[in-house]
Amino acid sequence: MADVAIERGGGHGADHPETTTGLSHTKLAMWVFLGSECMLFGALITTYVLYRGRSVAPPYPADIFDIPYTSVSSFVLLASSLTMVLALSAAQQRDEGRMRLWLLTTALLGMTFVGGQVYEFTAFYHEGLKLSTNLFGTTFYVLTGFHGVHVTVGVLMLLSLFGMSFADRLPEDPSFPIEMVGLYWHFVDIVWIVIFTVVYLIPTPSPGGPGGP
Amino acid sequence: MSTVTTARREGILRRPTATTGFWSWFTTIDHKKIGILYGATALVFFIVGGLEALLIRSQLAQPNGTLLNADQYNQIFTMHGITMIFLFVMPLSAAFFNYFIPLMIGARDVAFPRLNAYSYWVFLLGGLFLYSSFFLGGAPNCGWFCYAPNSIFDPTVGPTFYALGLIITGIASTAGAINLAVTVINMRAPGMSFFRVPVFVWMGLVVQLLLAFSLPIITVALFELLFDREFGTHFFDPTAGGDPILWQHLFWLFGHPEVYILVLPAFGIVSEILPVFARKPLFGYQFVVFSGIAIGFIGFGVWAHHMFAAGLGPVANTAFGVSTAIIAIPTGVKIFNWMGTLYGGDLRFTSAMLFAIGTVTMFVIGGLSGVTHTIVPSDYQQTDTYYIVAHFHYVIFGGAVFGLFGGMYYWWPKVFGRMLSDRLGKLHFWLMLIGFNLAFGPMHILGLQGMIRRTYTYPASLGLTFWNEVATVGAFLIALSILLFLVNVVVTHAKARPESADVADPWDARTLEWMATSPPPIHNFDEIPTVHALDEFWHRKYVEDERTGRLVPAQAGAANGHDEDPHGGGHGIHLPSPSYWPFVASLGMPLIAYGVLYSWWLVGLGALVALVGFYGWALEPSVASEDA
Repeated sequence: MADVAIERGGGHGADHPETTTGLSHTKLAMWVFLGSECMLFGALITTYVLYRGRSVAPPYPADIFDIPYTSVSSFVLLASSLTMVLALSAAQQRDEGRMRLWLLTTALLGMTFVGGQVYEFTAFYHEGLKLSTNLFGTTFYVLTGFHGVHVTVGVLMLLSLFGMSFADRLPEDPSFPIEMVGLYWHFVDIVWIVIFTVVYLIPTPSPGGPGGP
Repeated sequence: MSTVTTARREGILRRPTATTGFWSWFTTIDHKKIGILYGATALVFFIVGGLEALLIRSQLAQPNGTLLNADQYNQIFTMHGITMIFLFVMPLSAAFFNYFIPLMIGARDVAFPRLNAYSYWVFLLGGLFLYSSFFLGGAPNCGWFCYAPNSIFDPTVGPTFYALGLIITGIASTAGAINLAVTVINMRAPGMSFFRVPVFVWMGLVVQLLLAFSLPIITVALFELLFDREFGTHFFDPTAGGDPILWQHLFWLFGHPEVYILVLPAFGIVSEILPVFARKPLFGYQFVVFSGIAIGFIGFGVWAHHMFAAGLGPVANTAFGVSTAIIAIPTGVKIFNWMGTLYGGDLRFTSAMLFAIGTVTMFVIGGLSGVTHTIVPSDYQQTDTYYIVAHFHYVIFGGAVFGLFGGMYYWWPKVFGRMLSDRLGKLHFWLMLIGFNLAFGPMHILGLQGMIRRTYTYPASLGLTFWNEVATVGAFLIALSILLFLVNVVVTHAKARPESADVADPWDARTLEWMATSPPPIHNFDEIPTVHALDEFWHRKYVEDERTGRLVPAQAGAANGHDEDPHGGGHGIHLPSPSYWPFVASLGMPLIAYGVLYSWWLVGLGALVALVGFYGWALEPSVASEDA
């Protein structure tokens, strides 16, 4: 969604820089957007933290979390940041084949994570934790669900780049859109590190038993 | 301007080409046309919100009013607040920012013209969605803050419409905020360093950043409210361990920066008008800029003063009382700067100038009653009374609305190439000033006498009748003044249009937008001006005489870049082409919202429409090729 027309057509003289800061509009906008997203996840994570251990009905986190399983899917998501960087590097070297390979790999890793989340949600649901069961279910599903939606949007963008590269719709130098999607992708990964730590790793005291795994 | 109307036949929809005519308004991505759309829409919502205000005042004019029943009254006062804040003051500010930020920084458009169109359409559809609630089971009835847990247990659909509608308009504002912030940071004319940027643009940047960082917080709160109501979650449900106070925290973490989002645009406008009509540079430009930034920062740290009576404890209340008192300092600095600008100036009392002075004086009254709220024990007495209603109307009507009308009179010739009548304008001002003070001044007294907010009626025995009658008379006077404004607009536009050169710079102004013709050409400037100073245009028009030290006109022809433009008429300037896609993409938003209320199929349809819109948008080149 890069409206780059102004950069291309913004004045007669080519002697002054295209933008005031030298950064492209899209990159600057992406950073402001990610700042805005920080506040969004900040508010969601704050809600979760405020409500930790305040559920009045089971199941509690300790009854239900499968830390090894979620660790693996977290590792998958973090690995996708590496493949994202590899895709960007390939694009910068104009190596179209490797670029497509790493874009697809990143998307697949993202889809694996989202699939893992769907499986996890289903398993929790069958163990008795619904959105409306208790305050833990409420805050857990909404926080991780918002994150899952963000990963899904990222996967859509990655697959779009992958498809556009075959339809010859990417610009001459494809590294710019890939860098932008990469910024978003890394942000979503970093947010998951915080969520995984706060939600899964830090034990929550529960009335029913010892806190945490 | 042949370059902006070339055709393109690639893609699903034929690329729109027209830049005039009815349909061109749906496809335009010109920041000036979008600015006019924002302004016109905001004025329509202003009239609707004003009619709601007249209903409220008519109901309260006498004890035991029977015009509205309690339920209707709740819907009307809630929609009055939501309309005036989200559908009038915010979009009218957006109109000014959209139209004038690119012109004042010497740019041809905003950074993302299609995103700009998308913001407008999403805002409009969000507003219509909110108003459709009147026909679909009842409008929101929970106040503009829609406090939990009342809002989650309310059996009507009102709070659901509230949550969905504000999420939609919030998305519109966030997209617009990112767009305009990037425009200010990245599209300034050569030579325009940050300390040569007009104060209005500075305030624009602060407001956009406030929007970008505060709207996500209320978005989360609104989603939590929506989930509590529709999907059985327990965010604000005390019986399940949830905490209704969390809603208040999240709401006011947005809600207080929102106050500055409403009022800083008017501060920016005042800072443009006063120097022009005092024929002096703004006194202490850097102080005004830094005070604006300080207000923006501190604005995030005072939210709990809306919650003194919620039981946060003496430590929190004291801390927020102190931080609230501190925010009065940068605001006071601005007031003194404006007074310093007027001092010793060669004052011309045009309508715009009167509105600017009105803004400053009325805001001072609102600011002083605001300072009384920082004293917590005193606030306990005032909270939830008409004293609060008086206070925030002095701040938002007296501060923001007066300033925005000042901007209308000041910039009308630039936007439409016609001068609004100054006589009618002055009449409008004095009538509005008198009506405003009659309507909201007595509310201080009513509040201190104990009249509670949001009450739909009151018994005669309370002795509140007289001041309520006065307030109602004031409200109708305001309505009359707005009617005068509309008459002024009609009369002005019925007359023959003056020569463009006569209205290019009618006020002898100081900033770049007055270098363009009135109205400006689609590409704004034939040649992007190079900026050498703050108040660039002024310095091109006047130089200091070396012997006497007085200002004398610079040599003729040096001021207007377009007089000596060798390129002529803007040929060869590539502007982004009109596009259907932002409008198409925006249609998905209300479909999804109605879907949450009625059917998941609609959600799917809405998501599909939005997705198609976004893909069409992403895949079309921003400039249509010329060889098609």
